Amino acid sequence: MYKVAVIGDQDSIYGFAALGLDTYPVTEKEEAAKLLKTLVEGQYAIIYITESLQAELEAEIDRHITSYLPAIIPIPGVSGNTGRGMRNVKKSVERAVGSDIIFNND
Amino acid sequence: MAKTQVNPTRMELTKLKKKLTTAIRGHKLLKDKRDELMRQFLDLVRENKSLREKVEQGILAANKNFVLARSSMQEEVLKVSLMASKQEVFLDTSKKNVMSVDIPQFEYRTKTPDLNDIYSYGFAFTSSDLDDAVLSLQEILPDMLRLAQIEKSCQLMAAEIEKTRRRVNALEHVMIPELREKIKFIVMKLDENERSTQIRLMKVKDMMLEKAHRYNERESLEA
Repeated sequence: MYKVAVIGDQDSIYGFAALGLDTYPVTEKEEAAKLLKTLVEGQYAIIYITESLQAELEAEIDRHITSYLPAIIPIPGVSGNTGRGMRNVKKSVERAVGSDIIFNND
Repeated sequence: MAKTQVNPTRMELTKLKKKLTTAIRGHKLLKDKRDELMRQFLDLVRENKSLREKVEQGILAANKNFVLARSSMQEEVLKVSLMASKQEVFLDTSKKNVMSVDIPQFEYRTKTPDLNDIYSYGFAFTSSDLDDAVLSLQEILPDMLRLAQIEKSCQLMAAEIEKTRRRVNALEHVMIPELREKIKFIVMKLDENERSTQIRLMKVKDMMLEKAHRYNERESLEA
């Protein structure tokens, strides 16, 4: 049995606690990297991460792209949508097809 | 083009021919696998895109609601009210095999079946905006979980497609031409050997006839 975690700055994620997801507020990059590492090894099948933090931890996150679990999914934070999440989807299309045929460069 | 040394023997030839048929068969199978994976991947990625748009909008709207809620409440009260949640979300995962790629399937359960358990606070000191905010987030949760499942599947499939494509290309452009080249080389060499043996035999036969009948001497006598 797995659980769901949310990482990000406090303001972006505190609402998820009410729904029963585990929230881990972090701001520092090093701290977040350490946290991510422990969460990946823990009982989490899905880790939501705010886009701003995802941008900083991209190398760490990319390491888990091909492993079966957990799914690390970027979500927009309180500061707004940066389009990073979409870019991730685009990246997988580019990886599979060789060029982007879904988004047509928008 | 055959850079590697091959022994021009019949045994080697049979071995290479067998290898070539395997390579061609493998190439065909892998190509089929790649095409089918690609078809499913494209369906999945389209869903991923629309779902992500929906989720991002939902989260944005929920965040707006939270900002509203915060503006009408004290920071401490807000924090305390969300501190101890009654609800908990559990995930059950199962594997689904799509063209030899294991993709996860999430099914979520909540600790309590009561939907109102997302409000983990008394209603006396909190504003109704907070209720709306939490509710809007709750409504987007199933989509968020589905997004996680689909996005992970997309990533896994993309990696598998990349791998398969490389293999197909390696077979098509390296392995198979190389094997063909080697086979051709051996066949040519063997044919050449055969011809040279034949010529040698003919020469030997000529020499032996010459010895037996002494054609040369007779010719000179007749002349």
